[in-house]
Amino acid sequence: MRVTDEMRQAPVHHVDETMLMAYATGSLPEAESLLVATHLALCPACRGAVETYEALGGDLMEDIEAEAVSPGALEAVLSRLDTGPDPRIERPAADIGDPTLPQPLRGYLGQTLDALPWRPVIRGLHEYDLGIGGARVKMLRIEAGAGMPQHSHEGTEHTLVLSGSYGDTLGTYRRGDVSTTDASVDHRPLAGGEGPCICLTVVDAPLRLTGPLGRFLNPFVRF
Amino acid sequence: MAETIDSATLARELADCLVRVGRDRDRGAFARLFAHFAPRVKAYLHRLGSDAGTAEELMQEVMVTVWRRAETYDPQQATAATWLFTVARNKRIDAIRRERRPEIDLNDPALVPETPASADDMVTARQQADRVRQALSRLPEEQRELVVMSFFEERPHSAIAEVTGLPLGTVKSRLRLALGRLRKALREVR
Repeated sequence: MRVTDEMRQAPVHHVDETMLMAYATGSLPEAESLLVATHLALCPACRGAVETYEALGGDLMEDIEAEAVSPGALEAVLSRLDTGPDPRIERPAADIGDPTLPQPLRGYLGQTLDALPWRPVIRGLHEYDLGIGGARVKMLRIEAGAGMPQHSHEGTEHTLVLSGSYGDTLGTYRRGDVSTTDASVDHRPLAGGEGPCICLTVVDAPLRLTGPLGRFLNPFVRF
Repeated sequence: MAETIDSATLARELADCLVRVGRDRDRGAFARLFAHFAPRVKAYLHRLGSDAGTAEELMQEVMVTVWRRAETYDPQQATAATWLFTVARNKRIDAIRRERRPEIDLNDPALVPETPASADDMVTARQQADRVRQALSRLPEEQRELVVMSFFEERPHSAIAEVTGLPLGTVKSRLRLALGRLRKALREVR
């Protein structure tokens, strides 16, 4: 698959500003950072915001009350400097994975979407656990037109659409869009008909199924 | 005013040094960067909770990384101070949290580029840093405090909750307000 013009549309639904800030300051955990960075690849506006916050970090470090370093620190560091260019600066490796998946996600998956060991969850839904920070980060594949059972959330769930689309009572989400839902949101997302909807999702607590079938399924389904 | 000119001259000098380290492997330029940044990087790491010994050790790691990665520094993109901040931040994530830091790749074909309109109001890295500094100074004291704490606390939201006595949920909405105000101030100083 190639990157088409349609895939270059800037997103409409963004990552929460406090998350962008936490990503810039370095306090955001790796799980959420992967979602933020992947959104940044698709969203020039949020890249600009992160650059602003990083510039602020630079300003604040300039203004900080400097602290004396140990005597001989410069010599210690100078003795460790090699003369050639750094062999560890990543040179572009032979690229693997789907070219339509932006970095850093493409590198984390390390293979094409088709090759991922998807696990069936319920009809119309497959998932793949990236194994970051417990079972907090997953890829979801919702078949075209499939609906998810009614559910709400114990904590917060962030969903980033990578291809296809889905809609719920809050709006329609396409490539690059992020939706953040918490316990106050009880929704039943429905995938668009144009093709499977592929998403990256990060949760900080399990989902809770709330529909009539869901209440029965809850003990068995690990989202 | 004299101060502004001085700080602009200093910023230019530091950016030059960083370029020379990357391009010419210039040890003299590196020593200059060290004299300016090493005490600041150490203070930054110390304030974020590392003890003095660890802060010293990590600072030295940061400075070695500065030498190794200087060739990736682009003075159009960031001031030397901003670039050093990101190196120190990343070293902390790596050494203290032992996590990877997911980052975008600017040469990624899947990256959605800036629109021509947003490229229009491109400013130099130095102007950008000045504007951000001015915008921050326009915030009410309370909001400025929230923003600054975000940079110097390991778990900023809980730390802010503790200091201010606000519930965690309120901290986030206060911070969101402060950031909205900062972005607005940033548009006004243009």
